[in-house]
Amino acid sequence: MREAVFRIRDLSKVYRTGNVEVKALRGVDADLFHGELTVMLGPSGSGKSTFLNILGGLDTATAGEVRYRDHDLSSASDRDLTRYRRDHVGFVFQFYNLIPSLTAKENVALVTEIARNAMPPEEALELVGLKERMGHFPAQLSGGEQQRVAIARAVAKRPEVMLCDEPTGALDSKTGILVLEALTATNRELGTTTAIITHNATIGSIADRVFHFSDGRITDVLENETRLSPSDVDW
Amino acid sequence: MGALDIKLFRDLKRLWAQAIAIALVLACGVATLILAVGTFRSLEETRDAYYERYKFGDIFATAVRVPDAKAREIAEIDGVAAVEPRIFEVALLDVEGFREPATGLIVSVPPSGELAVNDLFIRRGRLPEPGRVNEVAIDAKFAEAQRFSVGSRFDAILGSAKTTLTVVGIVMSPEYVYSLGPGDMMPDSRRLADMWMPEETLASLYDLDGAFNSVSVRLLRDANETAVIEAIDDLLEPYGGTGAVARKDQVSNAFLQGELDQLQGMARIIPPIFLLVSAFLINMILSRLIELEREQIGLLKALGYGRTAVAWHYLKLVLVIAAIGVVIGAGVGTWLGRGMTVMYTRFFSFPFLVFRSDVDIYLIAAGVSMAAAAAGALKAIGVVFALPPAVAMRPPAPQVYRQFMGGLLGRMRLFSQVTTMALRHLVRHPVRTLLTAIGTAFAVALMGVAMGTLSSVDFMIDAVFFRTERQDATLAFSSERPGAAYQAVLKLPGVMAAEPYLDLPVEIGNGQYSRQLSIIGKPARTDLSRVLDLDLDPVVLPSTGLALGDRVADILRLRPGDLARVTFLDGQRRTVEVPVTQVIQSYIGLMMFMDIDALARLSGTGPRISGVHLLIDDSQLDALYRAVKETPQIAAVALQSRSRQRFQETMRENMSMMLTVYLTLSIVIAFGVVYNSARIQLSERGRELATLRVLGFHRAEVSNVLFIEIGAIVAIAQPIGWLIATGLGLVITESLATDMFRVPFVIEPGTFAISSIVVVIAALISALIVRRRIDALDLVRVLKTRE
Ligand SMILES: Nc1ncnc2c1ncn2[C@@H]1O[C@H](COP(=O)(O)OP(=O)(O)OP(=O)(O)O)[C@@H](O)[C@H]1O
Ligand SMILES: [Mg+2]
Repeated sequence: MREAVFRIRDLSKVYRTGNVEVKALRGVDADLFHGELTVMLGPSGSGKSTFLNILGGLDTATAGEVRYRDHDLSSASDRDLTRYRRDHVGFVFQFYNLIPSLTAKENVALVTEIARNAMPPEEALELVGLKERMGHFPAQLSGGEQQRVAIARAVAKRPEVMLCDEPTGALDSKTGILVLEALTATNRELGTTTAIITHNATIGSIADRVFHFSDGRITDVLENETRLSPSDVDW
Repeated sequence: MGALDIKLFRDLKRLWAQAIAIALVLACGVATLILAVGTFRSLEETRDAYYERYKFGDIFATAVRVPDAKAREIAEIDGVAAVEPRIFEVALLDVEGFREPATGLIVSVPPSGELAVNDLFIRRGRLPEPGRVNEVAIDAKFAEAQRFSVGSRFDAILGSAKTTLTVVGIVMSPEYVYSLGPGDMMPDSRRLADMWMPEETLASLYDLDGAFNSVSVRLLRDANETAVIEAIDDLLEPYGGTGAVARKDQVSNAFLQGELDQLQGMARIIPPIFLLVSAFLINMILSRLIELEREQIGLLKALGYGRTAVAWHYLKLVLVIAAIGVVIGAGVGTWLGRGMTVMYTRFFSFPFLVFRSDVDIYLIAAGVSMAAAAAGALKAIGVVFALPPAVAMRPPAPQVYRQFMGGLLGRMRLFSQVTTMALRHLVRHPVRTLLTAIGTAFAVALMGVAMGTLSSVDFMIDAVFFRTERQDATLAFSSERPGAAYQAVLKLPGVMAAEPYLDLPVEIGNGQYSRQLSIIGKPARTDLSRVLDLDLDPVVLPSTGLALGDRVADILRLRPGDLARVTFLDGQRRTVEVPVTQVIQSYIGLMMFMDIDALARLSGTGPRISGVHLLIDDSQLDALYRAVKETPQIAAVALQSRSRQRFQETMRENMSMMLTVYLTLSIVIAFGVVYNSARIQLSERGRELATLRVLGFHRAEVSNVLFIEIGAIVAIAQPIGWLIATGLGLVITESLATDMFRVPFVIEPGTFAISSIVVVIAALISALIVRRRIDALDLVRVLKTRE
C-alpha cells in the first residue's frame, strides 16, 4: 500500500464577493501519494489553482477535509499554516514571483534562512544549472531562467511537497523542458511529492497520474504505466 | 544580514529620495520638539535652581517709610519663612564717556552682608561693606555693557548730591533676571544698572534711618500666599504701602514666565504639525509600496514567513526612515537649542545657562516620532498583515474610475483628454487628494503664521511707539512735585514740547473683582504720550471719569457707564467711585487713564506731577543730558527714541532668524508632500504615461498630466493654508497674551501671497524633479512590468 501524503475528502470552496458566490470547488476527493508526480489539467476556471492553493496552505477550505500526513489543514490556524508552508511545501508559480530587489542567490536564501534542513543556495542553483548567474537580479534574467531560480528556491529547502501552478505557462517549449526537467529531477532524487498544473495536456505523460478538473470537480484520474522524460514529450 | 534585510536595504536605496523627503519632515518635528522642550527645560530648571539657591522672594511690597520694628511683625505672619526689609531707590547715573543719562535701581545690603531673601551671586569682587560710603556692587549685564570691572567708578545722583561710586563687586540677583528701566520698553543694559549699596549709606542719603521702604518675603512650603499678602498689606497700609505682589507678578519673573509659556506653546503647536504630516506621508508611500508588492508579500507568506514577520519587515522600513529623521532632527534641534540658549543669555541674566540636552528629551522625541511613523504605517501594515497568501498571488483588480459630474466636463470639451485623465485620477482618490492638499496647506500656514507674527509685531510697534508713546524721552521725578516743576522742565535746553503725567497707585474694584494698579493722569488733549481708543484713534480724556484699558475692563468686568471703586494707596488713602467713560486699546501692561487734574483732585491733593514726557531737539541733546544729569529731582530718564530703535533692531534680528527657520520648515513640508505625491502618481500611472508616449504624445504633454494633478492639489491647498494660518495665528496670540504684553494678530493679504508663492515654488521644483523621471521613462520596461 502506498503512503498517502494528502487525503482530501469532499473539499469545497466558495468565494464570496459582494452578493456573488463563486463555487470554485464542489466536493473534491483525492489522495496524493508519497513521491508521486501528478499533473492537473482542466479548463480555465475549473478550480485547479484553488485546489493547489488549499493543498499548499495558501488558502483555506470552505468545507470538507484536507489532511497532510497527520496535520489537519482544514482547521489549521494561520500560524500553523505558515509553519506548514515553511517546513514542508515548495511553490513554483506561473509568473516566477521573484523579489526584484534580490539577486538570484538572495532569492533562494530567502527560503534557506528560515527552513530547517535547507541546502546552500549555491547548491540549489547548481541543480537548475544557474550557479553562474547567482549574482544577477531577476530583471537581468530571462523568463526561463527566472523560473529556474524559482524552482531552485522551492527545491532548496528539500520540501516534502512541491506545488507548481503553470510553471511553464509563460515559457517556450525548449525552456519549458528545462524547467520540467528540474522538477522531475527533484521529484526523483529527493522523493518530493509533486503536483503540477498545466494547460498543456501532453505534459500529462511525465506524471504518475493525471487529474482532470472540470467545474470544480475532479472528473477523471488517469494513471500512466510509464513516465516519459520531459525531453521526450512532444509539445 | 538576512535576505529580507537585504531587500529592506535595497528598497530604501530605491526609495531614497522619498525616504529622505519624509525623514526631513519628521526631522523638523524632532528638531522643533527638542528645541522647544530642551530650551524650555534649560530655562525652567536653571530658573528654579537659581531661585532656590539664591532665595528668590515669594512676595514683594513697597511702601513710603516703614519703621524697622514692623519687619519683625511681618516675620511673625503665619507662613513667612524669611523677611528682608530694605531700602529701594531709583537714581540717575552719570557714566563718564557715556552721554546719555543711565538709571540705577538701588537695593540696600544689610550691615551683616547676609541677604535672607534675594541673595546675590557674586561673580567678581565682594559686596559693599558698611561704613564705606562710596562702595557699590553692580549687576553683571551693566558691567559688561559698560566694560566695568572691580575698581571702576561712575557718578550717581543720590538723594540730592552727586556722588562718585566705586565698583567693588559684580553680581547677579534672582530678582533681576530680566531687568527693565522705569518707563523703558526694552532692556538696555548700558542704560540700566541694578545696584547694591550699604543700608546705612542709603538710609542717611534718603532720610530713612530706622526705616525701610521695600520688603521681600520668602514663604514656608505650605503657606497661604493670599493670606500673607493681605496681612502684609494691612501691616504696611499706614506707612504708604502700595500693595504687595506675589512672585508671579514680579516683573522679572513674569517676563521669564512669558518666555517659558511661549516655548511651551511652540512645543504644543509646531512639532505635532510635522509629526502629522510625516505620518500622512508614510501612510501614502507605504500604501503604495504595498500595493506594488502584493505579490511579493503573498510570496513571502507562501514561502513560510509568518504574517507578523512580513508586517515587521515593512514596519522596519518605516522605522529606519523615522530613525534617519530622528538623527537629523536631534542634531539640528540641539544646534538650534544651543543657539536659542545663547540668545536667552543676552536677555536674561543667569549665573549659568546651558542648553540641557538630557537623554530623555531625545528618547521622548525619538519615541514620539517613531510612534507617529508607526501610526502612519498602521493602515498599510494592517493590509500586509491581512493579505491572504493566495489572494496576494493575483494582482489587484484594475482601478475603478468614475466619470465625475456625469461626464459633463468631458462632453463640454472644457478639458483636453489629458486634463480629464489628471482630474479623474484626483477624484478617484478623494481622501488622498484632500489629505495631500491639507499637507501642502500646512506649508502655506507655517509661512503665513511666521509672516503674520512679523506683521503683528510691526503693527504693535507702530501702535505703541509711533501712535501712542510718541515722546523722545520721559523724565521721572524721585517723588511727586507740584505743577510748577513742569515749568522748570520746559526751560531745560532742547525741550520742544513737554507733557506732564501723574502716576498714582490705586486699588480698583468692581464687586468681587479687584486689582492693585496705577491710574495715569495726562492732560486731556495729550499729544506726546497719547491714549488711543479701540480703533486706534486718539482720545480726549474727559474732565471726569476713567478710561480703562481693554484688558483691565475685561478683568474687572467693567464697561463704559459702570462705576469703579477706586482706593488711592498713597497719602490719605481715599476711596471714591469713578465712572468708566471709555474702554481704550492697550497692548502693554494694565493701563487706566484720567485727566491729570481730575486725578489729583480725586486723590485729595492739588495739582502735582510724577514726571514729564518730552519732545527733544536732537541738536541740543547733549546739553539736555548734561542738565538732566545735574538735576537731583530727576530719578530716571526713559529714552523712548532709543527703545524704539533697539526694539526694531532686536526684532529685525530675531525675526530674520525666525523667518529663516519657518521658511525652511515650510519648504521642507511643501517639498516632502508634493514630491512624494508626485512620485506616487508617477508610480501608479507609469504605465499609463508610457502608453501615452507610445501613442505619440510628446514628453511635455505627458508631463502635463502630472503637472495638472499637482497644480490642482497645490491650488486647493492655498485657501486651506490661509485659513489654517489665520486660525493658528489667533490661537497663538491668544495663548501668549499676558497682562504685561499682548500682540494683536494681524495678517496682511501680502502675507498670504508670499507664503503661497514660496510653497508654489517649492512644489514646482519638486514637480520638475519628478518630471525628469517621466522624461527618462523606459517605455519598454514600463510596459513589460505586469500590474
Ligand atoms: N479570490 C477569488 N474571488 C472570487 N472568485 C475567485 C477567486 N479566486 C478564484 N475565483 C473563482 O473560482 C473559480 C476557480 O478559479 P481557479 O483560479 O481555481 O481556476 P483555474 O482552474 O486555476 O483556472 P486557470 O486555468 O484559468 O488558472 C473561478 O471561477 C474563479 O473566477
Ligand atoms: Mg489557475
